[in-house]
Amino acid sequence: MTSAAFDVERIRKDFPILSRELPGGRPLVYLDSGNSSQKPAQVIETMREHFAQHYSNVGRAMHALGSESTEAFETARDKLADFIGAPSRDEVVFTKNASEGLNLVAYAFGNPAGEDPRFRMGPGDEIVISEMEHHSNIVPWQLLARRTGATLRWFPVTDEGRLDLSGIGDLVNERTKIVSIAHQSNVLGTVNPVAAVLARAREVGALMMLDASQSVPHHPVDVAALGVDFVAFTGHKMVGPSGIGVLWGRGELLEAMPPFLGGGEMIEAVWMDHSTYAPPPHKFEAGTPPIVEAIGLGAAADYLTSVGLEAVEAHERELTAYALDALREVPTLRVIGPGDTHERGATVSFTLDGIHPHDVGQILDDAFGIAVRVGHHCARPLHLRFGIPATTRASFYLYNTTSEIDALVRGLHHVQKVFS
Amino acid sequence: MITESMYQELILEHYKHPQGRGLREPFDAEVHHVNPTCGDEITMRVKLGDGGKVEDVSYDGQGCSISQAAASVLYELASGSSVEETLGVVDEFTRLLQGRGQVEPDEDVLGDAVAFAGVAKYPARVKCALLAWMAYKDALVRSTA
Repeated sequence: MTSAAFDVERIRKDFPILSRELPGGRPLVYLDSGNSSQKPAQVIETMREHFAQHYSNVGRAMHALGSESTEAFETARDKLADFIGAPSRDEVVFTKNASEGLNLVAYAFGNPAGEDPRFRMGPGDEIVISEMEHHSNIVPWQLLARRTGATLRWFPVTDEGRLDLSGIGDLVNERTKIVSIAHQSNVLGTVNPVAAVLARAREVGALMMLDASQSVPHHPVDVAALGVDFVAFTGHKMVGPSGIGVLWGRGELLEAMPPFLGGGEMIEAVWMDHSTYAPPPHKFEAGTPPIVEAIGLGAAADYLTSVGLEAVEAHERELTAYALDALREVPTLRVIGPGDTHERGATVSFTLDGIHPHDVGQILDDAFGIAVRVGHHCARPLHLRFGIPATTRASFYLYNTTSEIDALVRGLHHVQKVFS
Repeated sequence: MITESMYQELILEHYKHPQGRGLREPFDAEVHHVNPTCGDEITMRVKLGDGGKVEDVSYDGQGCSISQAAASVLYELASGSSVEETLGVVDEFTRLLQGRGQVEPDEDVLGDAVAFAGVAKYPARVKCALLAWMAYKDALVRSTA
């Protein structure tokens, strides 16, 4: 689809919040979608309508509302399965977010409740992540290494902000049980070379997981085509609500994994001294799920599909090229991450000499209503790698415009004036 | 513009030209405090003299203009003063910053530190202003213990 077919002004009308004013009459310039995206009326209305007309618990209530709610909830699962090209709907596990999906998989390793050798883990075994990971894809593996005595290793990152694959032969080896990396970096915008890493993981018999929180909302993602074993992402970054995310896993692996949380809905039968478990995905969905959030996420998938992920991707590529160009004119501004749009998403992080990102963010917000994220963006090791405490991050989505990027550049000039 | 009430000229001046910055010898106690939400950090040393006199406050750190300027202002107020006096200023400064912008500051006690009154209206930034001051209080406790 060409960008001519993509009408950003029409898209913006779908997002009620984008037309609000901030106190002091400032227009809202929302450049923080990598943190959390805004919601279209279609998602808001679907959730409101479900609460107002159909709400009940799912999977257990034997009445009209229970059946309507269950139907809507399970239909949302179908929509998410279609959205990511899952070979089976039973491979779509609803979680509360991407962090839960990552923890769920990490918890399957070295777990006495599981018997599959692929998930056995102990001293001598290795886990591989990367230096550009969000804390969500670092800490669960650190905890796993602590529990099992396994060794945590990681890919370094190049000065340009790419995964450094030069040592992959040594890093991913016959001791590696799992490789888990970001599909797209939440700081650098870098889209990682999944196929190259996966090829090596397969050579040594390791499993591979992707943290796709920053890719699924912005690009067409087909889990079957990717060929990895697990993919985790969250709903609130893809125009859906918070409190709902997805773990996709290969069916036979989900079968082989032990449960994560125990509770209602994940069981087959319970005795006082033991239980048997429901098949996936329910095995991993203990307790009453975030019902309306899941239905809202289904509406979000519908919305993005109706716009077209190719069109979203093309629009974001234009915005990124425009931003990288425009930001180059700001004195002392240094982009942390790839300087062109090759294998790169619409997240641009940068530093300004002598001005701390918290001050940048504060002035952009207070003076111009520009919302960016400042800090280490839950990727502290990556910032340490670049020798900086923090960055300012602008992240774009389908509803952003080049005039908003112009506003950002004007705002940055003003920030520099305040601190000159 | 709302920010102008926070980024007072005095704060920007201290940020651009920090007073007393750098770690010095001798010292009685050294502390290191961080603000985990934003990564700001400060190392602070205190040297006390006879009669509860504060002979030197030295520090090094990194962070936003608010946190770094607060350390510089603290240095000016504390060095040459007494432990008792400075604890009074720390208490008043803390009361001001935690007052959600509703507290009328005592300018006689605070001196230049009154410039941080505007920061109190920004809950996310209060910790930035307090970082050095809490570190100082901690260092005093350790050096008199």
